[in-house]
Amino acid sequence: MKSEQPKHEGAPVSARLGIWAFLATELLLFGALFTVYAVYRTVYPDLFHQEHLKLNRLLGALNTILLLTSSLSMAVGIAAIRRGRQQVLKIALVLTLLLAAGFLGIKYLEWSEDFSHGLLPKSNLFFGLYFMMTGLHGLHVIFGMLVMAWLLVCANRGQFSADYNTPVEVTGLYWHFVDLVWIYLFPLLYLVG
Amino acid sequence: MSEEMVQSSGLRRGYLEERGFRSWAFTHDHKRIGIMYLIATHLFFLVGGLLAVLLRLKLLTPGPALMSSHAYNVLFTMHGAMMIFLFIIPAIPSSLGNFFIPLLIGARDVAFPRLNLYSLWLFLIGIVVTVASLLNPIDTGWTFYTPYSAKSATAVTALSLGLFLVGLSSILTGLNFLVTIHTMRAHGMTWYRMPLFIWGMYATSVIQVLATPVIGMTFVLLVAERLLGVGFFDPAKGGDPLLFQHFFWFYSHPVVYVMILPAMGIISEVIPTFARKPIFGYKAIAYSALAIAFIGFLVWGHHMFVSGMSTTASVIFSFLTFFVAVPTGVKIFNWIATLYRGSISLQSPMIWALTFIFLFIIGGLTGLFLGSLATDVHVTDTYFLVAHFHYTMMGGTVMGLFAGLHYWFPKMTGRMLNERWAFHAWWLIVTGFNVTFFPMFILGMQGMPRRYAEYPAKYQPLNIVATVGSWVLALGILIMFVNFIRSLRHGPAAPDNPWHGLTLEWTIPSPPPVENFEEIPTVTDWPYSYGEKEEPGNEE
Amino acid sequence: MPAYRNYVVVWVVLLLLTAVTVGVSFLSLGLWNAAVALGIASLKAVLVALYFMHLRHEVKLVLGFATFPLLILGLIIFGTLTDFLYR
Repeated sequence: MKSEQPKHEGAPVSARLGIWAFLATELLLFGALFTVYAVYRTVYPDLFHQEHLKLNRLLGALNTILLLTSSLSMAVGIAAIRRGRQQVLKIALVLTLLLAAGFLGIKYLEWSEDFSHGLLPKSNLFFGLYFMMTGLHGLHVIFGMLVMAWLLVCANRGQFSADYNTPVEVTGLYWHFVDLVWIYLFPLLYLVG
Repeated sequence: MSEEMVQSSGLRRGYLEERGFRSWAFTHDHKRIGIMYLIATHLFFLVGGLLAVLLRLKLLTPGPALMSSHAYNVLFTMHGAMMIFLFIIPAIPSSLGNFFIPLLIGARDVAFPRLNLYSLWLFLIGIVVTVASLLNPIDTGWTFYTPYSAKSATAVTALSLGLFLVGLSSILTGLNFLVTIHTMRAHGMTWYRMPLFIWGMYATSVIQVLATPVIGMTFVLLVAERLLGVGFFDPAKGGDPLLFQHFFWFYSHPVVYVMILPAMGIISEVIPTFARKPIFGYKAIAYSALAIAFIGFLVWGHHMFVSGMSTTASVIFSFLTFFVAVPTGVKIFNWIATLYRGSISLQSPMIWALTFIFLFIIGGLTGLFLGSLATDVHVTDTYFLVAHFHYTMMGGTVMGLFAGLHYWFPKMTGRMLNERWAFHAWWLIVTGFNVTFFPMFILGMQGMPRRYAEYPAKYQPLNIVATVGSWVLALGILIMFVNFIRSLRHGPAAPDNPWHGLTLEWTIPSPPPVENFEEIPTVTDWPYSYGEKEEPGNEE
Repeated sequence: MPAYRNYVVVWVVLLLLTAVTVGVSFLSLGLWNAAVALGIASLKAVLVALYFMHLRHEVKLVLGFATFPLLILGLIIFGTLTDFLYR
């Protein structure tokens, strides 16, 4: 792994340290929920197995694809603005926002169907975890979308360039983290409960 | 400048010159932000202290008196929650840390000044929400154990939200400090030329960033339990109250090191300055701070030995707990070795630093009884535990805070404190503290449980002693605060370097200008070369 | 656009891995289901971290910030499990 500090690319190291430190806090925040999962899956393996079958695996997979693609568009957007391609950045941001909205849309569909079948956070420990984990994750998606919308406004005002794109890169890192959490949530909840 | 002119303008020089609400509410200046944290946290110190005095009044008699049991439960809950979350955790890091980290490393501000301001706003909003919960005050104990906290018909939800915000504020502050220390040290300030306060604050910030999110999530889960009926901690739903305890203590144990490490950092500055001797074992003290932070993450189960946790886990946690005493002991030996053959000057910062060492040793040693499985069964959740944590948190952190306040008061305010008043406050506090808390070790060994509004009559005599002690302690604290306030207005002007210290804050005026340094210094030496030519670490 | 090519390649691999993990979940492999699922998830995570999050070209300090917290995460999970596994 090379370490490089390209002059016109990349945010200053303090910004990168700052966002990674923030992601560390998010890791521990979600980590507590993963711990709850580990504990109760160990204690109630049958409950988890039985209940997880009530989740729609294909919708979960579709959501995974949407988020992975949104990470791609974000990464492309950052690479673009590092080369001063403002238009590509804007398209990338819009795409990311659309994919994120799609993710939330599917989540909404899933949740409303669960509610209509009487599956609530208090129904059992598995669904308590399912709603808490996807709920917290969803909140992070919403927050990410708000920040990206703001980035789009700034990009429209021409505020980003090859020399200055720190907020975009920092937001990108946050967004990839949101994707990372889902990369684990999906199998743990949908595939191996 | 004449003495009179200095006296009248002293408070408004340097960073304090600009006036008006907006200059404080929207400041990016780490010094102003530090002062605001200082005032807020010390306000809660006084409120929490008042609650303690009331508690001890109730405990004068073994039977029902003065207040209902429910009221007593509320009192000790609010005393604990306020003191821990609104005072002792943020007190040194957010106030003295904010003010002095940039100064000690030769920077103009922290890495993210705006984030610093937002952290303060979060803190203040969190305080408001927390105080609002007093409308229906909680009675669960500051540890909020389930299942009671999930069911108690008091404002647990509001308090959880308030403390979540306070915790988020501390996370962002810790993050800010980490990046600041990594990226903003003055030219020439290698890691081994950093003041030990900075090493301590660095270790503290690591804990803040990594541990606090867990209690954040714990509060969220508790609220989910209350509002959504989620049953992670509810046995009736297949949940386990012990899971709450694991999460709670995963944060709340490391947080005691958030409390003590900054105080230890202050001691590491005060001792060499007032002994006119280089600190003994600089690297050992530096690395021990990191070691304490890391080992602190490994021992949380020692709060749960009698909870029903598995024996295997109990044995592991007890075993690991002994390790944390080692780096702590290293620091104490090194401070004492620094004092040896030093030219000791017993001014107020120093007498507080020495007090810290003495009282913290007692607190720390009694931790061994608690960390050791077999003896813990006898003393846990008794007054022995109460005495232990007051000796470490108050005898340790708070006395270290007092040392820091007396040390840095001239720099922050441009005024000198009155040493006579400081001394009187000191002996009242130390006497009052020991008379209050030492009997509790005995009470605990004799079997008096904590958090009981009423107790068997045989425990009354020592309880009376402790209550009288609390009055002496309160008086001493009052005198100390009066000294602070009077000196702000009437204290003699402080020179740049009243203590002849060698760290960078003493090279700038008291109080400092907004931009801290006219020119960022280039550092060529470590800050402990009292009468000495060499520095360690040169062989690196 | 060669600069974006790496990202697209990684993305395709991620999609493939997703397909595999979903496919495997329909088989009945007992304990191996969880192992494979977590293994693939971790592989995906590493790819996202190294390429999308630029860790492949990062300085050591940032790498330290990114990896040390994983240790603490491991601590809380396994520390808590030592209680529940050995009751």
